[in-house]
Amino acid sequence: MSLFTRSLLRATTRPAFTPTTPRLLPRLLARYLSDSTRAAIDNAIATSPVVLFMKGTPEFPQCGFSRASIQVLGLQGVDPQKFTAFNVLEDDELRQGIKEYSSWPTIPQLYVNKEFVGGCDILMSMHSSGELSELFEKAGVLAPSEEAEPTSSEAAEAEKKDSTKAE
Amino acid sequence: MAASSPTPMEDVIRRKITETLNPISLQIYNDSHKHAHHAPMQGVTSKETHFRLEIVSEAFEKQTQMARHRSIYALLKDEMSEEGGIHALQLKTRTPKEAGEQVAYKLAKAEEKAEKDHRRRSLES
Repeated sequence: MSLFTRSLLRATTRPAFTPTTPRLLPRLLARYLSDSTRAAIDNAIATSPVVLFMKGTPEFPQCGFSRASIQVLGLQGVDPQKFTAFNVLEDDELRQGIKEYSSWPTIPQLYVNKEFVGGCDILMSMHSSGELSELFEKAGVLAPSEEAEPTSSEAAEAEKKDSTKAE
Repeated sequence: MAASSPTPMEDVIRRKITETLNPISLQIYNDSHKHAHHAPMQGVTSKETHFRLEIVSEAFEKQTQMARHRSIYALLKDEMSEEGGIHALQLKTRTPKEAGEQVAYKLAKAEEKAEKDHRRRSLES
């Protein structure tokens, strides 16, 4: 490192934050979680507004806690278009990596708008307290309600049919 | 003494949580038998793989659920990462106040129901 860059670094560092080993934390993390894995997980949590890392698939969960989490997302009415599930059993790098990435040792794990929400127990308690529906509503990830489902043109069409029948 | 315990893992959990969180209530449920047939449990001889903990402690005050769970995970990091160790850990972490509110809520509900039943019965008779 040239003298110039060193002084530049120092200039941009606030004096209060100059411990003797400022790079220790990133280096330690890098040992457990490679840059490529981290980047892959960055991409994964950005695929959809709601992302669940689970064991198995939504159709065939391989673990009771993953199954329960999928059921809660269904009960909450999360829009399938805004949801992606990743099966950690298919990829050991992801399975280990996601634990380090979230600092959370268990699967399933839920992300909403790239923010870690929690595991199965947290999901359940947020579900029963009402916090989860609030979170999903704020995030705008709920499917349109069933009454609102037929678009206005479809509704008009149906009405027309009805009226022709009546005639 | 500790070596002859039939529940070494449960003992460790109880000791660590009691020492660190000083809980006013700690329930440890061993659900391992319910999961013994699961694929990941093939070849695992331990009878202590799946636990459910209900902890009530002042230490959780002003902590989010996520922070509470993380602190338990940190306490049991070694037990959770070792081969044949804890495979699943369900957590219910409440402060005394939260636990009290839940009890009060259940009592109120039960009272309401009893009153309704009583009214219905008196109408029927």
